[in-house]
Amino acid sequence: MTKLKLTEINGDKKCRVIAFEGGSNMKTKLENLGIRLGNEITIVNNSFMGGPITVLCGSTKVAIGRKMAERILVEVVK
Amino acid sequence: MKKILLLGNPNVGKSVVFSKLTGTSVVSSNYAGTTVEFTKGHMRLQDEIVEIIDVPGTYTLQPTNKAEEVAVEMLDEGDLIINVVDSTNLERNLNLTLQLLEKKIPMIISLNFWDETEHKGIKIDIEKLQKYFKVPVIPTSATKGIGLKDIINKFDYDEVVEHNYGDNETRWAEIGRIINDVQKINYKEHSFSDLMEDLTLKPITGVPIALIVLFISFIIIRFVGEGFIGYIAEPFFEVIYRPIIAQLSNILGGGGFIHNLIVGELINGTIDFEQSFGLLTTGIYIPLAAVLPYIISFYFVLGLLEDIGYLPRISVLVDNIMHKVGLHGFSIIPLILAFGCNVPAALAIRNLDSKREKFIASTLMATTIPCMSQMAMVIGLLGSFGGKYLLYLFAVLVVLWIFIGTLMNKLVPGFSTDLLLELPNFRLPSFTTVLKKLWMRILGFLKEALPMVLLGVFIINIFYTLGIFEVLTKATGPVLKNIFGVPEAAIEALIMGFLRKDLAMGVLLPLGLTAKQMLTMSILLVIYFPCIATFVILLRELGPKDMFKSTVIMLTSTVVVGGYINFSFAVDGFDLIRLVPVVLLFILIQLIPKNKKEDLAKN
Repeated sequence: MTKLKLTEINGDKKCRVIAFEGGSNMKTKLENLGIRLGNEITIVNNSFMGGPITVLCGSTKVAIGRKMAERILVEVVK
Repeated sequence: MKKILLLGNPNVGKSVVFSKLTGTSVVSSNYAGTTVEFTKGHMRLQDEIVEIIDVPGTYTLQPTNKAEEVAVEMLDEGDLIINVVDSTNLERNLNLTLQLLEKKIPMIISLNFWDETEHKGIKIDIEKLQKYFKVPVIPTSATKGIGLKDIINKFDYDEVVEHNYGDNETRWAEIGRIINDVQKINYKEHSFSDLMEDLTLKPITGVPIALIVLFISFIIIRFVGEGFIGYIAEPFFEVIYRPIIAQLSNILGGGGFIHNLIVGELINGTIDFEQSFGLLTTGIYIPLAAVLPYIISFYFVLGLLEDIGYLPRISVLVDNIMHKVGLHGFSIIPLILAFGCNVPAALAIRNLDSKREKFIASTLMATTIPCMSQMAMVIGLLGSFGGKYLLYLFAVLVVLWIFIGTLMNKLVPGFSTDLLLELPNFRLPSFTTVLKKLWMRILGFLKEALPMVLLGVFIINIFYTLGIFEVLTKATGPVLKNIFGVPEAAIEALIMGFLRKDLAMGVLLPLGLTAKQMLTMSILLVIYFPCIATFVILLRELGPKDMFKSTVIMLTSTVVVGGYINFSFAVDGFDLIRLVPVVLLFILIQLIPKNKKEDLAKN
């Protein structure tokens, strides 16, 4: 499986979180919203116009700013 | 008195539980704590009165921001915790639950939004959950009032359980085990609500939807506000109130200091509620008849948008734009709140992460966002010259917003964070909750506005009698006249604006301003300085040094914008050629290099 930045995924794909390239504060904030290593997230909206990426995690939708999303590494599950 | 804490993640319905528990006969008050607001209320339980505290939402007891820090500090005060949990998001919510269970405080768990689990295909085994935690677990649907009785029945619960879930990793592992055992999910097909949620997020459909929502909001606010004034407020003042005051005026002899203080000066032999400036005429008329109707209509619409869950979607849509001024999408929410009143907005700015963001957001708000109290008067006074003047007012404020926002983004040192925001599901707002929130905001307005306007009217009368305004007019008048092209007496409005902007607008009425002068003064009153109530909070939030910098920006903006309007506004519109300097200035600002001290990626 290839590691990709969350921003590099196009379309409504399901991904597994495999790494955070950020500080512990960013990790804690993401974990609080259910985005943890090993968890599956589905991309709801990744606009070609830039702006935040929206993912579905469990039944929660979370908007992630682009710079932060670039530091979330995932692999595509399906 | 027994203290009960409502604790839970943000947006799990704590405040609905709170307002249902504390009931209609209860006055809830807002307390300005040192860092964030929480709400206290009381409820009678047989012979005992218990205090219920609605603690700000938090995801964890390891706080990542100020609001969460306060939630953690509040823990020591509680005799009983009601942990409100979103049962459609059990896994994520349990992170806080497990941390709370370690605190050795009696606790009950409310599985809220229970009614929504079924159509989402979620099944939770409550019995098993209770066995894991050894505390009462109660399914609730607070908006429908379901399960609240069961919670009240447990108010005397006082057993303390011992739990230790270890560090973050082991806690999450434990949560995973529990979830696997107690919860089963059969994902269902996309519903209409899901479709709408997606459409409001994607820029291509989301932006038009946002514009339509904004447009409809404006129409409703205007329509309802006007309606209240025309059909209720004015008839009341003219038909019922006028004879009483006329009688009083006679008794007081129709003139003299006491008469003018209480009833005000007679205009052409009769009482003019807008121009007499007595405590019982203008002092009552401005807050109750001119402003309150718009406060009601604004907060009604805002309450609906808040409860539907629409505001966070605007955050996503404007994220790109907000980055241009050094903020991210979330900060649009305090700025929207500011259109109601700058005071709660200044408090909401606390939720922003960095000092730099707080400074930029506070300054943008205080300088460019008119509160509804002022806007109600602006609509009445400036709007009487024609609707286009209201558009000019907003156009000038938008341009100023972009200018000082971009400038601050370039020059203010520090770091900005990135958007990370949970998007709530759309929910049909509960009518009673919306009305209740509206009622609390109306009470808040009356408590804030009435005394201030009355104080202002009192001061105006004293200043007139002592001739203070004359001295001030002589001293500052030439500046106003030469730079801004407004009458010298307009200084009275600027002075009253420190107290209340609506009153300040009221002071302008007797001056007989032209459309251009009214436009200039309306804009200057937005920009030059916040009202005292906002100032006090900003000073506390920003500290004296940053407040001083912020003030410099406001005053500079005042001179530049006021002077520019005077220079470039022809009889009934802006001179196109004289817009050139604005464009040039904008290009110049773009060329300014960014402050080196900034490190954006400090998340």
